[in-house]
Amino acid sequence: MAGGITLTVNGKSRTVQAPQDTPLVHVLRNELGLKGTRFGCGANQCGACHVLLDGHSVPACDTPLWAAAGKHVVTVEGLAAPERPHRLQRALIEEQAGQCGFCLSGILVSAAALLEHNAAPTEAEVRAALDRHLCRCGAHNRIVRAVLRAATEAA
Amino acid sequence: MSAAEAKLPGNLQANRRLSQWVRIEPAGTVAVTPGKVEIGQGILTALAQIAAEELDVGLARIRMVPATTAASPNEGVTSGSLSIQDSGAAIRQACAETRAIYLAEAAAELGVAVDALRVEDGEIIAANGRRTSYWALADDALLDREATGQVAPKPPAAHRTVGRSAPRLDLPDKVLGRPRFIHDIELPGMLHGRVVRPASRGARLVTVDEAAARALPGVVAVVRDGSFLGVLAEHEAQAIKAAETLAARARWDERDTLPDRGALAQWLRTAERETTVIEERASDARAARTFSATYTRPYTAHASIGLSCALAHWTARDALTVWTHSQGIYNLRADLALALKLPPARITVQHAEGAGCYGHNPADDVALDAALLARAAGGRPVRAQWSREDELAWDPLGPAMVVDVSAGLDAEGRIVQWTLENYSNGHSSRPGRADQPTLLAAWHLAEPFPVLPAINPPMPAGGQQRNAVPLYDFPGRRIACHRVLEMPLRTSALRALGAFANVYAIETFMDELAAAAGKDPVEYRLLHLADPRGRAVIEAAARRAGWSGRRKTEGRGFGIGFAKYKNLGTYCAVVAEVEAEREIRVRRLTIAADVGLVVNPDGAANQIEGGAVQAASWTLKEAVPFDRRRVTIAAWEDYPILRFSEVPAVDVELLNRPEERAVGVGEGAQGPTAGAIGNAVFDALGVRVRDLPITPERIVAAMG
Repeated sequence: MAGGITLTVNGKSRTVQAPQDTPLVHVLRNELGLKGTRFGCGANQCGACHVLLDGHSVPACDTPLWAAAGKHVVTVEGLAAPERPHRLQRALIEEQAGQCGFCLSGILVSAAALLEHNAAPTEAEVRAALDRHLCRCGAHNRIVRAVLRAATEAA
Repeated sequence: MSAAEAKLPGNLQANRRLSQWVRIEPAGTVAVTPGKVEIGQGILTALAQIAAEELDVGLARIRMVPATTAASPNEGVTSGSLSIQDSGAAIRQACAETRAIYLAEAAAELGVAVDALRVEDGEIIAANGRRTSYWALADDALLDREATGQVAPKPPAAHRTVGRSAPRLDLPDKVLGRPRFIHDIELPGMLHGRVVRPASRGARLVTVDEAAARALPGVVAVVRDGSFLGVLAEHEAQAIKAAETLAARARWDERDTLPDRGALAQWLRTAERETTVIEERASDARAARTFSATYTRPYTAHASIGLSCALAHWTARDALTVWTHSQGIYNLRADLALALKLPPARITVQHAEGAGCYGHNPADDVALDAALLARAAGGRPVRAQWSREDELAWDPLGPAMVVDVSAGLDAEGRIVQWTLENYSNGHSSRPGRADQPTLLAAWHLAEPFPVLPAINPPMPAGGQQRNAVPLYDFPGRRIACHRVLEMPLRTSALRALGAFANVYAIETFMDELAAAAGKDPVEYRLLHLADPRGRAVIEAAARRAGWSGRRKTEGRGFGIGFAKYKNLGTYCAVVAEVEAEREIRVRRLTIAADVGLVVNPDGAANQIEGGAVQAASWTLKEAVPFDRRRVTIAAWEDYPILRFSEVPAVDVELLNRPEERAVGVGEGAQGPTAGAIGNAVFDALGVRVRDLPITPERIVAAMG
């Protein structure tokens, strides 16, 4: 790991000194202090830790650091500037779409990826895009409404 | 009546000093310090609304302070849908009295009568135009006194903040990905801890080769105390790897301790037990026909999306601070004190938000793990977190239940005799209620604590007794509960406790009886229910769902379920519409609920909707698998829950009852939802699935 591994996180170039097989979720949370990416299972089965890797929504728990080398990572913190939240973030608040909120970071990332390639998804398309994300509180329908609402708003 | 004798509302009765609840701060804010905690249900927002209402300040001025044993009132456990009743009532009264005290101060300062004053967002304004404010008058000494109970809170008609759908205070942090959860706390010098749980239930650690784990980079210590095994490392990924390494090199003495899953109902009926008759009422009414049926529900996991996590810091050899997402900070402290053999006063337990817990999940257990591991940390703080596998497999499960119901109908089809008997383990292993700890690691120490069988909270709320008594007007009735005293799989409180299976049984059986009597299910319920609020929610749900105009089509069915939670709280009726294809799809849940005075309509609807979706997941999918030694869940794939593409549409109508006492909403919908789905499945397919969950295999089996 001499010299570390360099990747771009939320638009900034970062060099990380960590073993190259370290799961990206630990690098983001513990090395780079980006706590918005949640750790839920460590096995790519719950969706809580999704981030954008070169625009694709991937589980950061199942992505080793080496696989992110030289790539662009966007976390929930990087979806928009804090002073002007992403339309999806605004829509989640407008719809009060959450209870405990632990699943929301990963869902936001996958929803952002969806809207990037499908500007006007149907409800069924939204559900399909979010199907790998588990929510235990039962906030699904509100979340789906929020994504549909965001799709109608300017980016 | 003197202040010391006055009966005060809610938890103000036991925590009588105003300063325990509220503080006016010179900076223009009000600190409100409940002992109840946020578990994703939105309680802090509702309590803040109540405080803002009584004080006449904007909601933005309320600062909700996380609970800590160092300062907060002891409000027991945040459970049982009691926070609005118990904490809300206390905060309402405390804030009403705070307002009165500050108005008296203002009147003296301004030289006017109290009734010449009004409050606008904390500004205190006299009729003659002179003014001061809470903030200008802020003085902690003013609230350093007991409440008197002599100040009347506002009448509902005067409410401006209560009754409004205030947005959740915690949601922006969660949506923006800001550090908010306990998992996000980083203490200076913090180490990461992981525990290696026994290979199976009842397993004892024989030997473990620690050398390979100790040799890994970053490993600071391997901790072993009997069969409690864990590791400390500098980085989280190192701790995980070291725990895996240790686990692979541990030898356990294992034996069969679990019942035969295929004969679970039989085991529950025959295990050693304690029987309690809840209600027995004889009636002379003669039954013309009798019916009976048995319903079961399996062990069910809390299955939080977040992992249980805690931080522990020994600040001296005999002084400990713990950060936890437990539902009961004082209860946890009591059990930590027992397990660690420390006086409770030497332990500070500080709440930090976790993911939703849905009852007693491993949140308390991980706090003891962290404290035990931190003993080897040389004074550094330790962050411990469970693995997903342990979170599901070592969860204090919602107990499996068997419910036997029988009824006698008179010649007109009216129910004149009713019996219900159920069998299950107790529904609470919560900490802080016995002279032995109930925390998991305490059982595995070299000097282990005994495994106590789970208990049932007393009636009228009850555990497995919860909602065992039907609200319907049956003249002859006998209700009895058999609490199983062997506990091979640890059980505790899962949202709604016994109400889920009891209401499923009652409401499904009601439909079976309605069919036998040749009556419509809604009409049949109303025939047996005098309670006007109960009738109103059934009628509202039926109307909203278009019950009377529903059209029977192939493979589609409608069903209704109803209960008054604990027979004390929320009235809830649910109409389910299902489609039977390869598997059961719940298309829509139409819900009517009466929660008394509604503090936050959207928050209440959100809780009801979420509870219904979770109950649909329990009803259709969930059962904890196990063999004779262990729960056989390694990952989510072994314990599927309802996904986005499977979640039904949910439509909630809240009946407005501002004159009635506000009650909690988090657990009202679960039983009625299960009953409605079961009945809709019958309507669609003509088969009764009496064993949950209603899987395709169970449907095939029921078709026989």
